[in-house]
Amino acid sequence: MSRFWKWFWSIAVGAPIALFAAWALYDNTRLFLVTFLNGLTLASLYFIVASGFTLVFGLMRNVNLAHGALYLLGGYIGFYVTSATGWFVPGLAAGFIGAALVGLLMQALIFRFMQGQDLRQTLVTIGLSIVFADLMLWSFGAQVHQLSAPDWLAGPLRGIPFIQAYAKYRMALLPLGIAIGVLLWLFLNRTSLGMMIRAGVNDRQMLAASGVNVNLVFAATFAIGAGLAGFAGVIGAVELSMVPGEDVRLLLASLVVVIVGGMGSVVGAAVGAVILGLAETYGLAYAPTYSVVFTFVILVLVLAFRPRGILGEAA
Amino acid sequence: MNAGAGGLALGKPLPGRSPGVSARQGRAEIGENLISRYVRPRHIVVLALVLVYPWIATPFFTFQIGAQSLALGLIALSLTFLAGYGGMISLAQMTVAGIAGYMVAIFGTAATDGVSLGWPWWLAVLLGLAIAALAAAFIGWLSVRTEGIYTIMITLAIGVAFYYLVLQNYAVFNGFQGKQKVFPPTLFDIHWRDPLPFYYLTLAWALAGYFFVQYLVRAPFGIALQGIRDNPRRMHALGFNVTAHRVAAYAVAGVLAAVGGVLFTWYNGLVTPGSVGTGWLINILVIAVLGGMRHPTGPFLGAIVFVLLQSFAIDLIDRERFNLVVGGVFLAIVLFSPDGLLGLWAALRSRFASGSRYSNSRGGVR
Amino acid sequence: MKQTTFVRTLVGAAVCAAFAGASHAQQPPVRIGVLATLEGPFALGGQDSMRGADMAVRERNGMAGGRRIEVIKASSNAQPDVAVNATRKLVEQDKVDIVVGPLSGSEGIAVKEYSKTQPNLTFINGSSGAQAATLVNPSPNFFRFNNDGAQAMYGVGKAALDKGYKRVMVIAEDYAFPYSQVQGFMAEFCRLGGKVPVKAWVPLGGKDYSSVIARIPKDIDALLVVLGGADAVNFLSQYEAAGGDKPMIGGSITVGHDVLNHRGKRRDFQLGTIAGSPIADNYEGAAWKVFVAEYRKQFPVSAGGNANPTLFAPLYYTNMKAALDGLDAVKGDLSDGQKNYREALAKLVVKSPTGDIRLDANRHAIVSNFVTEVVKDAQGNLINRVLRKVDNIDQLLGMKREEFKIGTRDEPSCP
Repeated sequence: MSRFWKWFWSIAVGAPIALFAAWALYDNTRLFLVTFLNGLTLASLYFIVASGFTLVFGLMRNVNLAHGALYLLGGYIGFYVTSATGWFVPGLAAGFIGAALVGLLMQALIFRFMQGQDLRQTLVTIGLSIVFADLMLWSFGAQVHQLSAPDWLAGPLRGIPFIQAYAKYRMALLPLGIAIGVLLWLFLNRTSLGMMIRAGVNDRQMLAASGVNVNLVFAATFAIGAGLAGFAGVIGAVELSMVPGEDVRLLLASLVVVIVGGMGSVVGAAVGAVILGLAETYGLAYAPTYSVVFTFVILVLVLAFRPRGILGEAA
Repeated sequence: MNAGAGGLALGKPLPGRSPGVSARQGRAEIGENLISRYVRPRHIVVLALVLVYPWIATPFFTFQIGAQSLALGLIALSLTFLAGYGGMISLAQMTVAGIAGYMVAIFGTAATDGVSLGWPWWLAVLLGLAIAALAAAFIGWLSVRTEGIYTIMITLAIGVAFYYLVLQNYAVFNGFQGKQKVFPPTLFDIHWRDPLPFYYLTLAWALAGYFFVQYLVRAPFGIALQGIRDNPRRMHALGFNVTAHRVAAYAVAGVLAAVGGVLFTWYNGLVTPGSVGTGWLINILVIAVLGGMRHPTGPFLGAIVFVLLQSFAIDLIDRERFNLVVGGVFLAIVLFSPDGLLGLWAALRSRFASGSRYSNSRGGVR
Repeated sequence: MKQTTFVRTLVGAAVCAAFAGASHAQQPPVRIGVLATLEGPFALGGQDSMRGADMAVRERNGMAGGRRIEVIKASSNAQPDVAVNATRKLVEQDKVDIVVGPLSGSEGIAVKEYSKTQPNLTFINGSSGAQAATLVNPSPNFFRFNNDGAQAMYGVGKAALDKGYKRVMVIAEDYAFPYSQVQGFMAEFCRLGGKVPVKAWVPLGGKDYSSVIARIPKDIDALLVVLGGADAVNFLSQYEAAGGDKPMIGGSITVGHDVLNHRGKRRDFQLGTIAGSPIADNYEGAAWKVFVAEYRKQFPVSAGGNANPTLFAPLYYTNMKAALDGLDAVKGDLSDGQKNYREALAKLVVKSPTGDIRLDANRHAIVSNFVTEVVKDAQGNLINRVLRKVDNIDQLLGMKREEFKIGTRDEPSCP
């Protein structure tokens, strides 16, 4: 894009946002700032879920539409482990490991034999998502599963300027999201497995040609991607509760995050998550009736003008 | 397998003719040998069966099973055309169908709550088809400029966006309740929603759609589309406008889905956000894959099986586990028989054929 | 000789068979189709609905009006098109005489429209509570012996003012059922001088209440929260975590067992929450206690039943009971397009577990309603105590037809 158009689009999109922000800050400072925090914390949750999704797609070109089901599964596992042990952290770990195991099985037993058949793999994930969702409905029932925040994170944080009080648990999501992002970046850029994944994203054939056991790398990647979804599920079980139907919601959120941010890019997932999180919470606060449509309008706009996403690479 | 070509490795549809035959020759052949070349005994049998069906079946079976399958099959046919012949799996076909249904309800007559302009039915239907086709083209334009597998994600997201729009908007779409009492008009003194007339109405349009798709895939447009499915880069090099072709394919599929959508809305007598929710978006995909994407009869087969399951599952198995059964069948088909029921049928026929060949020529165990 | 004896034996046998047949089966059994949501998120409610219907049939030993009752079950998933398909199958394929159902509101409207195409059959509601099903374009053969969403909140408005809540904020999901619940509350509340300055409608399926919580103004006395049990738990957690402390007023499905006894600390701030509901677990009425005892006996927890019946069991029970009472009234005569049966139904007074139910001119029930309050019982658990019982609530909530409007986002309004 030429410089002129870059400036044009920045102003066309940035100016209304800046105007709105100025008005909202003046009109009700507390609401604006609380919503800003709400958006960032929601974005953390979305980032954790979507990063797993984009990792799997980036390397294996597999649009895993069962990602939402893995989120839900992790949440349920985390709920039961936390209820049984009374500790939150084992629940988190159990959610991650449980979902990772299922992801590993999916890759090793099914997708390994469909290498390269991208559309077929996606159809299989659709079938798996339907089956998983119904199996979970059967096993866990339709009642809500609401996990309580651990004691050290329960209740409000008081005394914040302008905002007065904010939920401790929700506030903790922000550093958690950043920590996961940093960990992922370190993993991808400083470990050998991460290096192989990045190489595979660039050129799958060369990776295989250089003697790496590609199946192992794929299996590990799928497991990590699924585990991230399960981990996010446990976090979401506290903040948003586990109900049948959450899997579809979080899958769609991942889709929007990844399309907007760019497929296959973890930084893109972060950017997309922030955009989606802020859009959703500001929409809910200032224009609740069409808030959801509003977020999809953003999606449509990005698709219309930058089909690969903001940070997406060429296919 | 077909990684580089971006092809749908679910088995390619049977080609109408191989590319390379000149168009003039093709037109002559179509004119002269249409009947002898393309009509087989089994076509006559099936045609006779569907024409005679309402006279041998109960009104329930005619209406709830027969007409519903034909309307759903038509919507799924649009997906089979797009996916099988165009290589683009769009989960927004039910959205297009729903748009057509909503437009007919908005411009025509519906229950008094919500916007209903009460225009003459033919105007409402035409507007519905036109708007739906435009919407389909728009969806296509948004989806086609990236890789094939993006299409599923993007169309799913667009479908869900439309769902939330009609759910939340009361002024035009009447939100959660949707539009009730959307019925076909009473023409020539016939109540077109009675089982017998409605069945023939849907049959006529289903046949029209079927023959239209059969014709289109043999016409230059369809051949070019299949070429784009197999190797877009080469087609681009040959001078075809790949993006325009794809968008046009979306529009054509949109018209098919719109006709099916109007019929399906008339069948239900209502259109609600639930009609265009994720459940139905995926159901259409299930129907198309179930039947097989290699031939235009596939979606109708899939629709019949789906509707039968839906209606009689409660008598056979625990109705609660209906989703599990449908999902399981879908999974089994994609894993083991990617060409769906048609593929199974073809495999069985070839096994019988090869079996008899061996017993004739070799006379012993292979 | 032998031939004559043989013929006589045959004739004798035939006559005996005819008598035997006549004495055993004067009329064929009455086929009643029961439709509930057995799939999807309402599946638990659907199961309880079937239990309620079964109880009504069982307490008469499967007979009504001198004929045997045959129950055929059908399932839907809360979507109107699936409900109509299931109903059509019951009517045209399974050839039922009477349909009892459906469960959810939008299904009720669709089934009501379908009933107009089958004028010779009778359709009785299950538990659906959409106002439009009987207020707008009612069907002459669709009967509802239970409340709609607005009636289920009538009485709470006055109770709120009695507690000193003059300014209330509404937090509810954005679709028809909460609209009717809010209307039921505001009809009384606004008339008696209360004010509702803000209404926050949360989109369906949304779980993030942080933005709504941020919008709660400081000068509000209480929050009217009309969210389903699951979302209510979620909202409470988020509200509590954000430091909120305003008292709550609950909708009919907001303050159930699961919300009250949900594991969590500092639930005491729920004490004093008032709510409206057509049933109340701790109601001392004799008929209710008998119903609950029967329910527990027939469906013990060990066999999958609930400890307490949910809303759906008594509602389906009442509607099924009405169907059977009607059959008794016409002595099983469903001939002539069931005209006599429908006339009998319209005049019926049904003894439901919570009181007598009569129908109005639109074949909709005039019901009683409970206002409950959350208190601590002897063991320290939170329970719903009956604050008062309001009787004779009609569908127009005491207003005149000209001034009554069905609940929407903006109606009623008293900022």
